[in-house]
Amino acid sequence: MVEHGFRRRPLFFRKMADILSRTFALLSVALAVSGMIWIIWVTISYGAGALSWEFLLEPTRPWGLPKNGVANAIIGTILVTFGAAVIGVPPAILGGIYLSEFGKHSQIGSFMRFCTNVMMGMPSIIIGLFVYAVMVVPTGRFSGFAGSLALAVIMFPVVMRTTEDILLMVSDTLRESALALGMSRTRTTLCIVCRSGRTGLITGILLAIARAGGETAPLLFTAMWSDAWPTRYFSQPTANLPVLINEYATNSPYDEVQAMGWGAALLITAAILGMNIVSRIFFREKKHG
Amino acid sequence: MRNRRKHPISPETIDRVFKYTAIAGAIPVLLLMVGFLIQLCWNAWPAFREFGFNFLISVKWDPVAGEYGALPAIAGTITTTAIALAIAIPLSFTTALFLVDAPGWLGTPLSHAIDLLAAIPSIIYGMWGLFVLIPFMQLYIQPRLAWIPFMGEDYNGFGFATSGLILALMIMPFICAIMRDVFRMVPSVLREAVHGIGATRWETAFDVTMRYGKRGLLGGIFVGLGRAVGETMAVLFVIGNIHELPRTLFGSGTTIASTLAANFAEAEGMFRSVLFALGLVLLLMSFGVQIVAQWWLIYAVKKSGGYNG
Amino acid sequence: MDNEIFTKQCAAMPPEKVKIAARGINFFYGKNQALFDNNLDIAENKVTAVIGPSGCGKSTHLRIYNRIFELYREQRVEGSLIFDGSDILNSSVDVLELRRRIGMIFQKPTPFPMSVFDNVAYPLRLHFKMNRRETADCVEDALRSASLWDEVKDKLKKSGLALSGGQQQRLCIARAIAARPEVLLMDEPTSAVDPVATAKIEELILELQKRFTIVIVTHNMQQAARVSDYTVFFFQGRIIEFDTTEKIFTNPGKQQTEQYITGRFG
Repeated sequence: MVEHGFRRRPLFFRKMADILSRTFALLSVALAVSGMIWIIWVTISYGAGALSWEFLLEPTRPWGLPKNGVANAIIGTILVTFGAAVIGVPPAILGGIYLSEFGKHSQIGSFMRFCTNVMMGMPSIIIGLFVYAVMVVPTGRFSGFAGSLALAVIMFPVVMRTTEDILLMVSDTLRESALALGMSRTRTTLCIVCRSGRTGLITGILLAIARAGGETAPLLFTAMWSDAWPTRYFSQPTANLPVLINEYATNSPYDEVQAMGWGAALLITAAILGMNIVSRIFFREKKHG
Repeated sequence: MRNRRKHPISPETIDRVFKYTAIAGAIPVLLLMVGFLIQLCWNAWPAFREFGFNFLISVKWDPVAGEYGALPAIAGTITTTAIALAIAIPLSFTTALFLVDAPGWLGTPLSHAIDLLAAIPSIIYGMWGLFVLIPFMQLYIQPRLAWIPFMGEDYNGFGFATSGLILALMIMPFICAIMRDVFRMVPSVLREAVHGIGATRWETAFDVTMRYGKRGLLGGIFVGLGRAVGETMAVLFVIGNIHELPRTLFGSGTTIASTLAANFAEAEGMFRSVLFALGLVLLLMSFGVQIVAQWWLIYAVKKSGGYNG
Repeated sequence: MDNEIFTKQCAAMPPEKVKIAARGINFFYGKNQALFDNNLDIAENKVTAVIGPSGCGKSTHLRIYNRIFELYREQRVEGSLIFDGSDILNSSVDVLELRRRIGMIFQKPTPFPMSVFDNVAYPLRLHFKMNRRETADCVEDALRSASLWDEVKDKLKKSGLALSGGQQQRLCIARAIAARPEVLLMDEPTSAVDPVATAKIEELILELQKRFTIVIVTHNMQQAARVSDYTVFFFQGRIIEFDTTEKIFTNPGKQQTEQYITGRFG
């Protein structure tokens, strides 16, 4: 056997690099997880004190009045967020389908993909500014609907891109076998491809909603803030938890008010994390079941 | 044998309608992009007409006196983003590798835990930063590190280092989740082939896996970058809101996004236009980053041979 | 496989140097046993073909030789595999060096996402310290040995993925032989490749045999008959028969072997 006769690279360094990288990996994970635990722990411990039935059922009132709660903000947040989902998700899914099924190799498709990627990187506060300029200024008033629009704009490219990515992961063989059976493109896409990527799609949507629900910046100048119940969603500022937290936690010197801010923070964190956990468990079971 | 009744609408028509509906779903992206530019330019125009391009390089910020300079905010945005990425990218890469190689009982719950980190609203990060991290930095970390050049002798817990840290923690799960998915998608035959020629785990990951999923990995990084550049609430609470150029890591400063959030509600007239101008700058920065990213990805993919991530 | 038969078979083999000797191999996927008491001698510089119906354990057996099964936690092996005097299943043997000396080619061509040149150079860069000139020479050498040089010499900078299926597989072969291994394991190397390329690769195997010991798992009995010197017949995780190719295909000792070869099952 003819040996190379070249100098060997010492195994020691290669193995060292391997071990170091694994140690570093372990540390990274530890760092990330402990950061998360720290934050959640802080939220729970600071916010639990403010929780009470009164807190959950009474609307906000100016400081000093009895019976202070955040009920209107809770309802407002739900309205604004799910309103955004209704506006933003359907076109986004269609757009994602376009990108993955029709736009893979076309020039228009590439351009659209490009635009989606660019839009995904838009700072949420710019979106708030935009909706302010486009919706609030012409109509002359802040509204929950404007807030929903802003959140929809945030969700839109994310869901579109997620949809495209998930659908692209579906193998072409699957598509081809469906088409070979004589199924139309529409049927193939909707019944076969989307179904195959169903789990990923829904997870993507839920995560996008959860993310939008926690956004504060776009709501600062659109839905703003109010003490009233959110009955005039389309024409009045709508109470919502994120802006409330901002106001109470940072703009108020009173301890009790700050505590309420933490309470609201706990609520919204619990809701969003809850949504995340539930969607994961539910869809993990569905995948196996 | 009875003939099957032909479907009233031909499949080709259905397909075509479907296709155009899908395109219609995608169009808003284009409209929004253009709309953003137009709207912001329109509202920012008064400011630019008044101050010209000096606005971008001036450091003076005195709303009361009507003097506005964007440079501190711009520099602050770049600095915090750079710090955040420098921390988050290696962290995410190694974490993603760990998660993919770890045994199921460990990897899965950890994966989920990190995904939950991404779910925490940004304002919670801000609150935690303000009430918990800042005192922590001020009391324990900064005194020990203040002697290092560029860290800063003059510290109070607020500032670029803290902001960078929080931002890194915020964007890490996004980048990591995407990287993890990319790693998972590497075909096992390829993994076996690399190991088969005698590569270590790290070499497999760094030399082959990373290249195989390059497009996806970079996509993840740019998601993180985009979030970091525009992140408002978390940074707003901890950056210190002082309109000065970044000089030290522990010094306070400002970013475009936090300037906007802090001032927009009460601003009027020229101030408001100035803020729109700042917004326009931020928008162009984001655009610029994304455009460079896309071009690079396309160019790099072509060079390494067109693997379609 | 009965020890008595095994010894008899060994006596039937000309006393060539044994490159790898498998003794008492039992293999488990989790709780399921896939290989039962495999005993085998792989002759140096000869081609040994491993045949048998689907799912009989041929690939599983092959993957023990370079310990590639270790990538998967639930897979484990018992027994010993003597290569060059030491038991490679013993965990003290360095697996990186082992894999340099025992190369593997997979069913699906697996070019790395790099240029053709870098694909072949990669194992060289991993294991050796070479300068540019030396690397280029070795790469050319390997590509020539894989009968690929003429087809790619102008395309060295192009991505490995841009080649045709048959070329990609030959690229994988070039990559596998670049670091001068001693043994080549081939797991159905032509099953994902068109017939013209298959013929080229079979030709290549006969060439490579002069320098390397080759173990090839194949579904295709004609292929086994064409390229190999020795043949092993696997069935349900056991070695049923092991002898020279000529004997197996003309006058198999066991009935099962005969049935498989004549196409009664499989």
